[in-house]
Amino acid sequence: MDACAKQREYSAKDYKSDVKPIWCPGCGDFSVLAAITRALASMQLAPENVAVVSGIGCSSRIPAYTSVYGFHGVHGRALPVATGLKIARPDLTVLVTGGDGDGFSIGGNHFLHACRRNVDLTYIVMDNQVYGMTKGQASPTTAPDWEGSKLTPDGAGINPFHPLVVALAAGANFIARCSSSDPNNVADIITQAIRHPGFSLVQVLSPCVTFRPEQQEWKHMVRTAVVDATDDAARAARRLMTDDGFNVGKVLYKGSRPAYQPEPKGGVAVAELEADFAL
Amino acid sequence: MSGQTVSFVMAGSGGAGVVTAGSLLLEAAARAGWYAYMTRSSGPQIRGGEAAVMIRLGTAPISSHDDCFHLLVAVDWQNVGRFAAEIPLDADSLIIGDPGEGEAPEVFVRSGAKVVDLPMKALAKGVPGGRPNMVAFGAIAAMIGLPEDIVIGVLQDSLKRKGAEAIAASIAAFRAGVEAAVEFPAVPRLPVGNSDTSERWSITGNEATGMGALRGGVRFVAAYPITPATEVLEWLAPALPKVGGVLVQAEDELASINQIIGGSYGGVPSLTATSGPGLALMTESLGLAVAAEVPIVVVDVMRVGPSTGIATKSEQSDLNIAVYGLHGDAPHLVLAPTSVADCLFTTQWAVHLAESLQTAAIVLTDQAMGQARAVIPRSAAIAFIGQREKPAALAEGAQYKRYANTASGVSPMAIPGMAGLTYTADGLEHNETGTPSSQASDHQAQLDKRLRKLTGYNYGDHWAEISGDEDADTAIVTWGSSAGPAREALERLRAAGQAVKLVAVRLISPVQPEKFERVMKGVRRALVVEQSHSGQFHRYLRAQYDLPREVHALHHPGPLAVRPGAIVDQILQWS
Ligand SMILES: Cc1ncc(C[n+]2csc(CCOP(=O)(O)OP(=O)(O)O)c2C)c(N)n1
Ligand code: SF4
Repeated sequence: MDACAKQREYSAKDYKSDVKPIWCPGCGDFSVLAAITRALASMQLAPENVAVVSGIGCSSRIPAYTSVYGFHGVHGRALPVATGLKIARPDLTVLVTGGDGDGFSIGGNHFLHACRRNVDLTYIVMDNQVYGMTKGQASPTTAPDWEGSKLTPDGAGINPFHPLVVALAAGANFIARCSSSDPNNVADIITQAIRHPGFSLVQVLSPCVTFRPEQQEWKHMVRTAVVDATDDAARAARRLMTDDGFNVGKVLYKGSRPAYQPEPKGGVAVAELEADFAL
Repeated sequence: MSGQTVSFVMAGSGGAGVVTAGSLLLEAAARAGWYAYMTRSSGPQIRGGEAAVMIRLGTAPISSHDDCFHLLVAVDWQNVGRFAAEIPLDADSLIIGDPGEGEAPEVFVRSGAKVVDLPMKALAKGVPGGRPNMVAFGAIAAMIGLPEDIVIGVLQDSLKRKGAEAIAASIAAFRAGVEAAVEFPAVPRLPVGNSDTSERWSITGNEATGMGALRGGVRFVAAYPITPATEVLEWLAPALPKVGGVLVQAEDELASINQIIGGSYGGVPSLTATSGPGLALMTESLGLAVAAEVPIVVVDVMRVGPSTGIATKSEQSDLNIAVYGLHGDAPHLVLAPTSVADCLFTTQWAVHLAESLQTAAIVLTDQAMGQARAVIPRSAAIAFIGQREKPAALAEGAQYKRYANTASGVSPMAIPGMAGLTYTADGLEHNETGTPSSQASDHQAQLDKRLRKLTGYNYGDHWAEISGDEDADTAIVTWGSSAGPAREALERLRAAGQAVKLVAVRLISPVQPEKFERVMKGVRRALVVEQSHSGQFHRYLRAQYDLPREVHALHHPGPLAVRPGAIVDQILQWS
């Protein structure tokens, strides 16, 4: 590090853009944004070496609100964009942000394969058990009897998806749950997730105050999980299958699978490949 | 077709080895100094089933099959009749069948072709380890005048791995075929000892596409397998790492295109290859690349559609989706190679254009061209390599405008890692800095700029391949692999004293109205040739260009290829 760089200290503010969020006052996503900038500051990552990738949804707006490199793509495809970026540019720290609809419904297949592929990404899902941006429809994590949507007035009627269990089964290397009501904890978990090699999933309970006002109660319902991170997948599965979804603030599983990062060999000029065709 | 040519088909059930024998023949012909063009036809079976190789050899480069085949050799007749429409024969043709394998099917005999017997199985039995396909190989080689020493050299080289015994058996079976053919009626023979000693390549269209990608600077590929695009990827998979790149097999086409958008956003020129069904899945993200101005190249090796269509056969019916498939006003590039050799040039050019203009480019090749193997003159080096304009460092306190509304429409693009130039790429409409905006003025400005950068660019002379008589009053207008038969039709017509010109459009979109007008000056009538049911190209031309008053359209769906003779007939009958 040169003298100049040594002097430079990044604060959380240095990772925030001056674009004003479109979110509803009180939305849980504000504190997740704050947590992300705090995590980056705690790691002192140069903003130009960080990229935040997202799909579409309220929560997917995060890239515009940061001052690192950002990519705001189409609905459900954030993980493939991030995968391509990280494989092409392994030197970057790549975060992916989005909602439960974006990640587990339209992007469900990519979610499975991102866990499986284990590229070194940190995936932060703001789970509000609803489609916020399209004004309140059931998402894959919504309870079957929630009757708040005009699309499913009698309730969705199908069982919610359990992202953490699915992630574990699919091969994610790091699984944590936290609550937007404790942004310092979210920042700490995100920092650990970035440091951990391979695919990390951080589920953040992040209330949608507009379409699920009852979620404001979440801050009283969550409790700090009384477990330490395990590297035993069977044990983690048991924990995840039996908890009620409100155990937060902890890393629940930490695997040691090596991250997937194909290494280009290089050294051959394109012209040399022509020999394949010459008669 | 200038120079002499000979055309033949080898057919048989899967496992009969017709593809192997065909490839050996092609190799030997290439060594004899000839040019060659070989396409394959197979049924939908995964392994086995019926197969045919269609080969045309000549003394000059070849880009199309002839109207008829001189020779059909069937190692057996199992289901070969299914290909009958793809194997036109006439009274001058010769059918060689094995009498032990039954009669030649009526569909072939009806052509009036002479039928002769060659007991391939029995002759092969007389040679320990001999196989009927090698007997067939011998008969064909002898009939067309392929020198025996060259064939033996090829057998020795290609069977080296299998050992001396296998080589001896193949040579003996080959000789049995040569001897049996002494009695057969003649087919055209080609002169040996071509004086053309220029460097030549044996390459498929799909390989040439891969090579064009690498020459253009592509170093990241993500894709999902689909026939007939898979060979582009199979060629690239080992080649890319050698030159410092990476290929990822994605979970689906939605992932493929978004992965390459990510790779390219990271500064690495990126490409995917697919076929119609995959292209359909990619259209939303093609629009993302256009709006976010991320350069990407999508190769579509077209097959018969719609839906899953016929996976193993060719058609040119993805033109509409390639040009019009994106929602919103999303100007992008659509290019189409005009031959196996041109797959290299056009793909390389596509990478160059996508990078220079920061947009999506679709390259439309097809099964016939992609899976055809051709002996071609060595492709010359082309100067096009990816060129992405990067921003200069900003003055202290200035804000980087990723989507600056420049005069050219191209805005310098920062790459992650560049300090002080962070921005968010966005598929949402945005202002110059990239901040999402729903204002009419921002939308208008960004739409204008994204269109301007494409329409204002100078594409030079590459927009079309133009040949024939400059002041002809008749033109053939075509694209893609239909350019091959059109090229040959042009030669035949000119040899017959007709003045004609050929316009094979390589840059499908954006359109080049002035250039088209210039080349069509003095043209009174035009024949539009393509392989689609509804005449997609014809309709596209009508919508986008001023055409002469008299226009005829020659179009039919796949998998039947357009034949040069059909084009010649249309022009001659046009009074
Ligand atoms: C292909 C496509 N289908 C549908 C939509 C509409 N859409 C936008 S956001 C969204 C759901 C977002 O929900 P979630 O990911 O949970 O994010 P939240 O808004 O709750 O943060 C949908 C369905 C779209 N943009 N694109
Ligand atoms: S709709 Fe819900 S999720 Fe979206 S900004 Fe408002 S509170 Fe947040």
